Amino acid sequence: MKLNGGQMICQALLNEGVDTIFGIPGGAIMPLYQMLPQFPGLRHILVRHEQGAAMAADGYGRVTGKVGVCFATSGPGATNLVTGLAGAMMDSVPMVAITGQVAREFIGTDAFQEADVTGVTLPVIKHNFLVTSAEELPQVLKEAFYLARTGRPGPVLVDVPKDVFVEEAEFDYPETVDLPGYPPKQEGDSEAIKRAADLIAKAKRPVLVAGHGIIIADAYKELQEFAEKGQFPVTTTLLGIGSFKSDHVLNIGLPGMHGSAYANHAINDSDLLIALGMRFDDRVTSKVSLFAPNAKIIHVDIDPAELGKNVRPTVPIVGDVKHVLNQLMPLVEKADRREWLSHIDELRRKHPLFFEDDDILRPQDVIQQISDSTDGKAIIATGVGQHQMWAAQLYKFKELNSFITSGGLGAMGFETPSAMGAQVGLPDRTVWTIAGDGGFQMTLMELATMVESQIPVKIALINNNSLGMVRQWQDIFYDHDYVATLYTANPDFVKLAEAYGMRGIRVTRKDEVGPAVEQAMEWNGPVLVDFRVEETENIYPFIPPGTGVGQMVEDPRLVQKRVK
Amino acid sequence: MTQNNGKMQQHTVVALVYDRPGVLNRVVSMVRRRAFNIGSLAVGHSETPGLSRMTFVVEGDDKVLEQVTKQLRKLVDVVRVSDLKGVNAVYRELSLVRVSANATTRSEIIQIVDIFRANIVDVGHDSLIIEVTGDEEKLESLVTLLSPFGVLEIMRSGRLAMVRGIQGDSGANGNSSDAEGTLTDDTQWVREDGDEAKATPLLPPG
Ligand SMILES: Cc1cc2nc3c(=O)[nH]c(=O)nc-3n(C[C@H](O)[C@H](O)[C@H](O)COP(=O)(O)OP(=O)(O)OC[C@H]3O[C@@H](n4cnc5c(N)ncnc54)[C@H](O)[C@@H]3O)c2cc1C
Ligand SMILES: Cc1ncc(C[n+]2csc(CCOP(=O)(O)OP(=O)(O)O)c2C)c(N)n1
Ligand SMILES: [Mg+2]
Repeated sequence: MKLNGGQMICQALLNEGVDTIFGIPGGAIMPLYQMLPQFPGLRHILVRHEQGAAMAADGYGRVTGKVGVCFATSGPGATNLVTGLAGAMMDSVPMVAITGQVAREFIGTDAFQEADVTGVTLPVIKHNFLVTSAEELPQVLKEAFYLARTGRPGPVLVDVPKDVFVEEAEFDYPETVDLPGYPPKQEGDSEAIKRAADLIAKAKRPVLVAGHGIIIADAYKELQEFAEKGQFPVTTTLLGIGSFKSDHVLNIGLPGMHGSAYANHAINDSDLLIALGMRFDDRVTSKVSLFAPNAKIIHVDIDPAELGKNVRPTVPIVGDVKHVLNQLMPLVEKADRREWLSHIDELRRKHPLFFEDDDILRPQDVIQQISDSTDGKAIIATGVGQHQMWAAQLYKFKELNSFITSGGLGAMGFETPSAMGAQVGLPDRTVWTIAGDGGFQMTLMELATMVESQIPVKIALINNNSLGMVRQWQDIFYDHDYVATLYTANPDFVKLAEAYGMRGIRVTRKDEVGPAVEQAMEWNGPVLVDFRVEETENIYPFIPPGTGVGQMVEDPRLVQKRVK
Repeated sequence: MTQNNGKMQQHTVVALVYDRPGVLNRVVSMVRRRAFNIGSLAVGHSETPGLSRMTFVVEGDDKVLEQVTKQLRKLVDVVRVSDLKGVNAVYRELSLVRVSANATTRSEIIQIVDIFRANIVDVGHDSLIIEVTGDEEKLESLVTLLSPFGVLEIMRSGRLAMVRGIQGDSGANGNSSDAEGTLTDDTQWVREDGDEAKATPLLPPG
């Protein structure tokens, strides 16, 4: 069958199971866009900024486990994708971006809207292609999707010159890929598995650290069974939050810089860390030499380069964590760890997550209310900052893989487009985004997309009238010297929402939180709730960068209480 | 090869890569982005059409060596990577040296060239071009001996390396993982805690 390049791409997307594309057209990519009506199985969602397209594809990819797809035109369209691609790379999210490029004969001539997009994106993608003829499109697209979703997932960019979209060639979609240099390895080495089992058998104070890899591997069941069998307390990284239910008795919360004090103390006291599909980010370890000083470490990761990169494992295991857990399961004895678990319970009593419960409207009240009103069953997206950490600490996730956040890149502006993508991917779920007033203003143009494409995301704007997280660092490290962190001219967000044609609600008092959340959920469409929260609230606990658990700062109000 | 004579440790890494546009850029971009130090890089076609071989001289400790090889392997266009640490291999580099020479010094230079089994490949009025092959030490001592005459220009190809005494693909015979990813837990540095450190297997060299 002969197709033109544009038709080939559409057909390949269908073959790969794609149903949704986020994007914006432009000169170079128009010939592809003009083919879309011939392929009614593809829903195109017109966003308002290409960063939104990439971040929406990211949110879609995270919740569905499918490859998120975005389109952008050459030059500025493609460069606008970069932040979204970099975030997806950092957080191992499957994504394919298709960009228009100037026609072949103009490449390298500084033609109108030419940018070296394969060059610009090279350090922030898993792989990219510059297509040089329509003939090679089927193989390239097959490989792009394969690379995006297998092994350690990530974004793949396919740059297509304008004239390739219109060139005709035989379309014969390949069944297989030929990538000898690309080795995703599934099974763990059996010797290493045995050594891991030995370490587990000997351990007295094990802690399991569950990361994003569990979600990527769809190993929830295996994780739970493994944790219950071995009676391991489980701490979940920021991106591993969705890997294990928040209300499970063995869940001890988030580790790291803003983790629960008890999780950090447990890691500090442990003699064995079982690290599954997580990469020992510096937000988790703080100063490596002070991290888990008495623990041996079993580290399972599908990416060999992660083993030994940040932290030395005692037993490194390369493999898919689902396979590895299945290999390990029969070798692990049912354990009784009452003593160790009660030690952790003691830590939990001594160092609870604390926040003031008074008449003032505090950001934590909002998260708690949303958690209650949704019965822990919503998908929660966030921006980056204090509100993100409160969401991670306080929302009680009863559903798996329901927390969408920019972890590795920490890109403000993620809140709105990622929630949009998640909602499109899972239309039956309630999606709330916990947004910062700073980050929200980086991508708020997507309100128009939500209204236009009827995407009923509920936005909880945690409006502290500031870049709160940075302001907090100024409190701690710069003697409250608030350089460029306090807003003096935030817009009226309710009017703004209304201007976009969606519902806006303002909440200034604590007793209004519950009704506003309920109202937002009853409303059949996107809603923005502007929560005017206490502006001086800080996030605790806090391990200052470059230190260890010994330097952990707990909420001063909690410390005071303890003294009393 | 590991050198540790007061200099930064050096390691040789050989990669078999697809001969495609942009591959060198991908490799170099990764090296730069991750702040690895590369002493030299030599690239050329391999025995298989469509595949090239790259020889890197990597500067840094064992941890750096391990990360370089692992990050190289992650590149889709890289088929195989091996480091030659502890492996018996032949190391060669080619160098062209332009040295000042006049009627009085020429014969003395020729003597030195002969001792080094180097060649004179161009003779000019007041200079010679010398071609020499060998390991870095040989190249460097030749230059030291020539410097009193006035070394005007040096060009070096960068190190090439080939494992001794086996047939076929040199790259496959270092501390290597192959394309199928039989690489397992070859993390060569482990938590220092006695027993387990020894228990972690090193893939056999050679
Ligand atoms: C303001 C801010 C504060 C933060 N504070 C904290 C904090 O206090 N605590 C915290 O934990 N994080 C924190 N983070 C997030 C942190 O930066 C990292 O993003 C996060 O810790 C990464 O979690 P991860 O390693 O589980 O996931 P990822 O970074 O996504 O890594 C996943 C790992 O799993 C591997 N993997 C993928 N698929 C598989 C598979 N099938 N089988 C096996 N392995 C697989 C990958 O190779 C990768 O190594 C913060 C971020 C921000 C922006
Ligand atoms: C795109 C981007 N720019 C800057 C930063 C640095 N930064 C991290 S948190 C933060 C403040 C975020 O403010 P807001 O979105 O209002 O959230 P809050 O901390 O107030 O809850 C800033 C500026 C970032 N993470 N991302
Ligand atoms: Mg704010």
